[in-house]
Amino acid sequence: MKIYVIKKIALLILLLFGITLITFTLTKALPGDPVYNMVGERSSPEIIEKIRKEIGADKGIMRQYIGYVSLLAKGEMGRSYHTNRKVLDDIIMKFPNTLKLAAGAMLIAVPFGVLFGFISALKKNMMIDRFITGMSIAGLSIPVFWSGLMLMLFFSLKLKLLPPSGTGDISYLLLPSITLSLPAMATLVRVTRVTVLDVMNMPFIKTARAKGISERSLNMIHIMKNALIPIITVIGLEFGSYLNGAVLTETIFGWDGIGRFTMEGIIKRDYPVIMGCIIVGTLVVVLINFLVDIIYHYIDPRVRIHGTDR
Amino acid sequence: MGLTGKISAGIIATIFFLSLFSSFIIPYDPETIELDSLRQPPSLKHPLGTDNKGRDILARVLYGGKISISVSVFAAFLSMGIGLLIGLLSGYFGGKTDMFFMSLVDLVLSFPALLLAVGVSVIFPPGIYTVMIALSSVGWASFARLIRGHVLTLRESSFIEAAKAVGCSHARILSVHLFPQCIPIAFVMTGLKLGGYILTEAALSFLGLGAQPPTATWGSMISANRVFISSAPWMVFSPGVMIAITALCFNLLGDDLREKYDIEKYSIRL
Repeated sequence: MKIYVIKKIALLILLLFGITLITFTLTKALPGDPVYNMVGERSSPEIIEKIRKEIGADKGIMRQYIGYVSLLAKGEMGRSYHTNRKVLDDIIMKFPNTLKLAAGAMLIAVPFGVLFGFISALKKNMMIDRFITGMSIAGLSIPVFWSGLMLMLFFSLKLKLLPPSGTGDISYLLLPSITLSLPAMATLVRVTRVTVLDVMNMPFIKTARAKGISERSLNMIHIMKNALIPIITVIGLEFGSYLNGAVLTETIFGWDGIGRFTMEGIIKRDYPVIMGCIIVGTLVVVLINFLVDIIYHYIDPRVRIHGTDR
Repeated sequence: MGLTGKISAGIIATIFFLSLFSSFIIPYDPETIELDSLRQPPSLKHPLGTDNKGRDILARVLYGGKISISVSVFAAFLSMGIGLLIGLLSGYFGGKTDMFFMSLVDLVLSFPALLLAVGVSVIFPPGIYTVMIALSSVGWASFARLIRGHVLTLRESSFIEAAKAVGCSHARILSVHLFPQCIPIAFVMTGLKLGGYILTEAALSFLGLGAQPPTATWGSMISANRVFISSAPWMVFSPGVMIAITALCFNLLGDDLREKYDIEKYSIRL
């Protein structure tokens, strides 16, 4: 277990180096100059030169990269070209908001997704199964930014029950969370259905039935427990899609989180912001995968973590 | 192909043909501004209403469909091409080549796809080609992984051994013996993925990275009109419905293909 953790951390550091190096060179080597975006294309050459010196854009790429990494080592991420605020401070301020949104979406998606998927598998090929599968395909096909706008139109503008946009308490959180949870829920329904059907065909279920176990404990203990692992994997993997969805949902609902921050950074070519968000995003995805591995270890004794598997 | 698949394919074909010939069907130009018919609700004259600049929404939705569908389909096939090439090389040569390409695949797949696509599309000036490049620079990875897995199993089979014994060059084995074997699953995979391409294309245009105004795409129509959502909801409603219907049909078609050609047997989780 210890070796596994050490190995994972080493891999994470390597991954971060790789990702920062790639994004860094990509953002620097390609057309589009942040300085023009900062001061406008019609400024005098002297001002442009001065700002270029200020942000260090006059040095070579390698020296800039080394400068950035040593800044990271000091626990800093530099300042935004536009607001001149510390990127790390902004991320620390906005990250809890995105986390709240993702947690809210998960609280809706996980229980309903697993429940509907389970029902769908138990009632295979019956009306209710057809209905649930159909709804889940629809859920995967509706764009998040449109379903969000429709929810906003209905609940905020027509019924005036919830505030249409902004960052704040639970009433602000509800609509974006529902919006974000829809595609995740649809995926979970499909995965749960397939896994439960797989498990139901296994010989030990027949054995359990033959022993005369009640249908209820068969469902709860034998099927659910064995179907849990793929489901947890998907819940973990879906976290990346929450980050995807967060970009759109946060843009629509004016939610002040990382997704919108990244988006604005990218559009304004605010490199310190882009780099900071990419690093945080990678960290989150890797950490979640790590957590999923650990949870495996505890819920399924067949999975042993030696550091060599995977 | 099952009934659902056939119906879905039919609907997609209908939408695409209506878009192709929209200029013959609808008497309005999608880009001409008409100041005396601003923000009109749906009526007989304008079945889906008009937008903020008096342009007929039906005309714009159909015209946008042409762009949205062709960009997504083209990007899917571009991803398939890149994925085929890399998957073939990676699976056939193995060793360091394989390790290099597969770690690249892992890197791409571990990153939120939309953010990556957005990151790629800001490099180039916004437009439909940028969207195609962005979509396929993210999408090739899953194709490459699938094809590689397939090539790994084929590599050991006797017809490849025979080809080697006869003295075929690597290039000939790859292009004549392995490549045709990968075409069917590559096409099935494309079918499975098209729904996702439609949605990502819409998202990129929604974020303003696709075709620029006044050109209509479904995503950009929603983003341009969303400020009027309380006074003129029809401007946002119909492009969204079109995205959803198209993506739904592609997804149903993909499900149908998945059931028929069980590509999960190539041990790939999609």
